[in-house]
Parts: sequence; C-alpha cells; structure tokens
Amino acid sequence: MKITDIVKILDAQVIVGREDMDYSIDHGFASDLMSDVLTLEEEHLILITGLCNNQTIRTAEMANISVILFVRNKQVSEDMIELALENDIIILSCKYSMFRTVGLLYENGLVPVY
Amino acid sequence: MMHTEFIVVEGDFANAGKASSEIKKTLKQLNIDNQKIKKIVVAVYEAEVNAIAHAYGGTIFVDLDEEKICVLIKDKGPGIPDIARAMEKGYSTASAKVREMGFGAGMGLPNIKNNVDELDIQSEVGVGTEIKMIVNFNS
Ligand SMILES: Nc1ncnc2c1ncn2[C@@H]1O[C@H](COP(=O)(O)OP(=O)(O)OP(=O)(O)O)[C@@H](O)[C@H]1O
Ligand SMILES: [Mg+2]
Repeated sequence: MKITDIVKILDAQVIVGREDMDYSIDHGFASDLMSDVLTLEEEHLILITGLCNNQTIRTAEMANISVILFVRNKQVSEDMIELALENDIIILSCKYSMFRTVGLLYENGLVPVY
Repeated sequence: MMHTEFIVVEGDFANAGKASSEIKKTLKQLNIDNQKIKKIVVAVYEAEVNAIAHAYGGTIFVDLDEEKICVLIKDKGPGIPDIARAMEKGYSTASAKVREMGFGAGMGLPNIKNNVDELDIQSEVGVGTEIKMIVNFNS
C-alpha cells in the first residue's frame, strides 16, 4: 500500500515525507506501548499509534520502522519533525479514531504483522 | 577498542534515546550487520528508558572492539528488590507519568534479554542498578 493510498483512505495529512508519496508498505502494527513495538522483528512497517511524543520517533528509529501514523489529530512537535527527518521516517496524521483507522487500512489490504 | 560514555538524567524523556541513537550511528559507520544493530540499540534503548523512568538517572558506558559491543548502564537507585520478578513479561511498577510517555508494558527487561548474547543485572535497593550487556558481532 502506497503512502498516497493511505492518505486517500484516511483523508490523512503528510507531516514529514511529502516527497515519498510512492513509498510502499505491506505491514501494519498498532500500539500505544513502545516496548510492545520494540518486540517486533518485522521492519519497514507502518506504526499506527495515539502516542505522540519524541519517544514514538525514537522507538521507530531503533526498530527500523519507516512510517508512523498518528490518529485522532495529534499535534506533532518541531522536535519530533526534526528527529523524523534525521532518521528518514515518514509521519502521517489523521483525524479518525484508532479503531476506525485500523479497520479502514485492514479492509483495504494492509497486512497485520501477526 | 573504543570507549564512550553518556549521562542520562532522571525524568528527561525528551532526550531518552539519544545515547542509543549515537550508538546506532557509530555501528552503522562500522558496517555492522543491520539485524545486529537493531538488537543492540533496542536493548540499550530499553535500558536507557528504564534509567530515566525508574531510576534517578545514571551513566552508560560503551566499549566496542572488532568482535563485540559491551554496554554497561549504571544508575543511581532506587534498585530492583526482586530481579526475577522484574524480568517477567508484563511486570511493571511504572508511574502514571511513565505510562503517559508510552512505557510501562513490562516488556523492557524481557526485550533486553531476547536481544543480547550476555546479560548481567546487579542491583541493590537504595543504591542502584547495573545492567551489563554484550552482543557479539560474529555469532
Ligand atoms: N533501572 C531500574 N531501576 C529500578 N527499577 C527498575 C529499573 N529497571 C527496571 N526496573 C523495575 O522493573 C520493572 C520492569 O521493567 P521493564 O523494563 O521490564 O518494564 P517497564 O519499564 O515497567 O515497562 P516497559 O519497559 O515495557 O515500558 C519496572 O517496572 C521497575 O519496577
Ligand atoms: Mg522498561
């Protein structure tokens, strides 16, 4: 699933990575608990989360996660944007709830990690 | 042989992960295998966050040679009363503030154990905790 598709499906905003709209991702994982995310062996997935702080970006950095999608209109800080740019992480944001977001992506073919 | 040290400060979540991030950059420059790098930085990051979240800060000592990386995270207390219990998946005493930062699943120590080749935890209540981890590059 391409970033452009995700943006369309969720009416999402691209916060970081406007030049990566063709980047394609197969797997998704949703969690607000970072240590849970850090157990994953799978890489280059999209992390769907309501946790919006520096640690979300740091977790993605350590786990080689390439796309983060924040749900429920979370405000992304300048610090977070800078960290994401440094680490080539794409940041998306949408206004839908976690449940609706995950449901829509699943319905459209995004594959769970397990 | 290379030696580096990082200071971590109690409650400083804004900077949690800086040490792990620096270590990741160094290992990348040395062309260490990506899977290895991930194991190392996930383990160090978990320990770094623990020193910030559960302890009063501390120091991270990194020793690197051609064969392995050795990381020692030494904090200034309060210590872990029951290490076996702390190692259990899901066990956590994380405060509301720590949970708000996205931690407190009780997965950090089990994650560290899964990712390193050698792990040694020494802790004294009222004094502090020392976590030593080694990852071999060629195993
Ligand atoms: N450096 C430390 N000093 C004091 N207590 C610690 C330290 N590290 C861990 N602990 C104790 O061990 C428990 C388990 O740690 P662990 O890292 O596995 O889980 P957590 O930090 O609570 O949650 P998570 O790591 O999943 O975000 C902690 O909740 C805490 O009680
Ligand atoms: Mg922890």
